[in-house]
Amino acid sequence: MLNPDLAKAMYLDMLQIRLVEEGIADLYPEQEMRCPVHLCIGQEAIPVGVCSTLKKEDIVMGNHRSHGHYLAKGGDLRSMMAEIYGKANGCSKGKGGSMHLIDLSVNFYGTTPIVASIVPIAVGTAFATYLKDETRVTIIFLGRAATEEGVFAESLNFAALKKLPIVFVSEDNFFSVYTPLSERQPRERENTEIAKAFGIPSDKGNGNDIREVYNLSEKAVRHAREGKGPYFLEFETYRWREHCGPYYDTDLPYRSEEEFKEWKKKCPIENFEKLLLKENVLDKKQLVEMRESIQKKFEDAVAFAKSSPFPHPDEIFSDLFKEAN
Amino acid sequence: MKREITFSQAILECTDQYLANDPSVYVMGLGVPDPKGIFGTTVGLREKYGEKRVMDMPVSENGMTGVAIGSALMGMRPIMTHQRIDFMLLSLDQIINNAAKWYYMFGGKKSVPLVIRLLVGQGWGQGPQHSQSLQTLFSHIPGLKVVFPFSPYDAKGLLSASIQDDNPVIFIEHRWLHNLHGHVPEEPFQAPIGKAKVVNKGKDLTIVSGSYMMVESLKASECLKENGIEVEVIDLRSIKPLDEDTIIQSVMNTGHLLVVDGAWRFLSISAEIISIVVEKAFKYLKKPPGRVTFPDVPTPTSWAMANNFYPRAINILRKVEEILDLPCKSEEEWGIVTTGPLDVPDKSFTGPF
Repeated sequence: MLNPDLAKAMYLDMLQIRLVEEGIADLYPEQEMRCPVHLCIGQEAIPVGVCSTLKKEDIVMGNHRSHGHYLAKGGDLRSMMAEIYGKANGCSKGKGGSMHLIDLSVNFYGTTPIVASIVPIAVGTAFATYLKDETRVTIIFLGRAATEEGVFAESLNFAALKKLPIVFVSEDNFFSVYTPLSERQPRERENTEIAKAFGIPSDKGNGNDIREVYNLSEKAVRHAREGKGPYFLEFETYRWREHCGPYYDTDLPYRSEEEFKEWKKKCPIENFEKLLLKENVLDKKQLVEMRESIQKKFEDAVAFAKSSPFPHPDEIFSDLFKEAN
Repeated sequence: MKREITFSQAILECTDQYLANDPSVYVMGLGVPDPKGIFGTTVGLREKYGEKRVMDMPVSENGMTGVAIGSALMGMRPIMTHQRIDFMLLSLDQIINNAAKWYYMFGGKKSVPLVIRLLVGQGWGQGPQHSQSLQTLFSHIPGLKVVFPFSPYDAKGLLSASIQDDNPVIFIEHRWLHNLHGHVPEEPFQAPIGKAKVVNKGKDLTIVSGSYMMVESLKASECLKENGIEVEVIDLRSIKPLDEDTIIQSVMNTGHLLVVDGAWRFLSISAEIISIVVEKAFKYLKKPPGRVTFPDVPTPTSWAMANNFYPRAINILRKVEEILDLPCKSEEEWGIVTTGPLDVPDKSFTGPF
C-alpha cells in the first residue's frame, strides 16, 4: 500500500478533477463557456498518478483533453476557469481557451490540440534541460491516436538518440473522437514494442488503477531523472462523456451503453475510495469534507471567472510579438 | 580600406560570434558539422564549440523544429538551417501552428526565439523541388518575421538581429548571394528588422526588390543611369514587418513603381506592395505600377527552360520601358553583355553593392 498521506493527496486530486469537470458539464449549457471542452471524466488516475511522482520543477505538457493534467500538476483553478470563460485574467488571457492551458508557476508549459504536434516540443524542453545539465524531467501526455502521427516516431528517435529526460505517457481510451482505434491501428500493434525498437524502455498498465499508474510512473521518472534516457508508458482507460462537450453519448452507435457501464464499474475514484475506507486511510466524514471543500473551491473559481472582465478589444493586437526589453 | 568578406563568411562570422558570447545559442541542421558546412556558413564551428552546440540532426524536419521550439521555450536560442527551403515544408505544422502562435495563444507567457535559415536554390538544374522561393507563404502567417538579406553587410546585421529577436524569424538566403563580396564590419552589429534600405537614390522610378533580385535590379538601374534615367532602388531586407513608409515616401517622389520579386506572382509580395501603394499613395502614381516576378509555374529543370523562367535585368528594363514610355531596346543596346550561361551566377559580377 502507498503511504497514507500520498494516498489521501492523490484521492483528493482525482476527486478535484472529477468534481471540477462535472461542474463544467453542469454549467456548460448556460452557453457562457464558449469554447470546446474535452472532459477527462473517467480518466483521472493517469494525470494524478503520473504528476504525483514529479517535482515542482519538472515540466508537463498536454493536449486538447488536459484539464486533468493541468490540475494534477497544480495549475491554478481560477485561472483555468477564467480562461474557459474567455476572460482577461485567464491563464492565456482569453486567447487560448480550454485547449491552451498554461501555468508556468508550476512548470505546466502548455497544451495544444493538433494531434501529436506538441510531442516534439516536449522533447525540446527535455533537450534544453540536457543542454543546460539540469536534472528536470519532462512529461508529455498524448492520446494513443497521436502515436499514429509521423512526428511521434521522430520524437522517440531524437529523445533516444540524446538520452533525454522525458517520459511519454500515452492514454489509450480506445477511441479517436467517434472512431475505434481498431479501425486505425493494426490489432498486433504494441506501442510499448515500438518504443523498445528505438531503445526506449516501456510499460503498459491499467490506467484506472492509480496505484499501478503511480508505481509505473515512479519507475519511469526515476529512470529519466538518473540520466538513463526516455521512457514510454501506456495506460488503458475510458472516457465517460462525449469526445467534446458536456454530455454522455452512448446513444450514438459507436459504443454501447453496456460497454460504458462495464467501465463505470472500473471508476478510478470510486474503487480507490473503497480501498482507502477499507484500509482506514480515510473515513466517511473526511470524504464529505473533501467533497465540500472542492465544491467550494470550484464555486469560488466560477464566481471569479464570471465576475472577471472580458479582454478589451484592443487585446486582439497584443502578444503578437515579444518586444525587446 | 574597408574590410570585405563574402555573404557566406558574414553568416559564419555572425554565428561564430554568438556561439562565443551567448551560451543559449546553438546551431542545428542537416549537414551543419559536415566538411562543406552549409556552403561554408558553419565550417569549423563544431571544432570550436563542440557537438552539443553545433549539431547535425535526424532527417526529421518537423520533429526537430518542434525540438527547437521546445528548447526556445526554455530560454535557448536555436539557429536551424535547411540547405534548401523545399525540405523544410515538412515542418510547416511546427512553424505555423506552434512557433508563430505560441506567444499569442498563451497570452504572452512564453515567446519562441528561433531563427530558421532557409536557402533558396537557383540554376544548374535545381528544378521544381530545390528552388522554391517561398517568402510569401511565411509572410502570410501572423507571428512570423521574415527577412531576406541581399548584401553581405545585411547578412551579418540581420542574422544578428534575428538571433537577438525574441520571436521566430524566417531567414531566407539566396544561394547565388553566398559568394557576393561586400563591406562587413568585424565587430558585432545589428541591422534593424522591418527597415528597408534605399540603395540607389533616384527621381524617375522606384524599384522595390530584395534578396537576389536586387542584383538584377541594380544591373538594370546602372543601364538606365547611363541613359540618363535615375531609378531609386529599395532593398526591402525584411518582408514582415514591411517598411511601408520607405516605399510610399519613394513613390511620392518618383510617381512610378516597379516591384521586382524572385517569387511567384499570384497573391505575392509584389501584389501586396502594389496594393499598399494603391491604397495609400494612389494620387502620386503617374502610371499603373508594374511587377517582374516568376511565372506561376513550378521551376523547370532543363536550363533551356529555366533561362526563360527566371527574370533578369533585361526583363526589368522591358517593364521600365513600358512604364516610362521609353523606346524598346535590345540587350545589346542597353549594354547588357551576357557572356556565359545563364544558369550560374554571372561570372562578371563582383559586387559590392
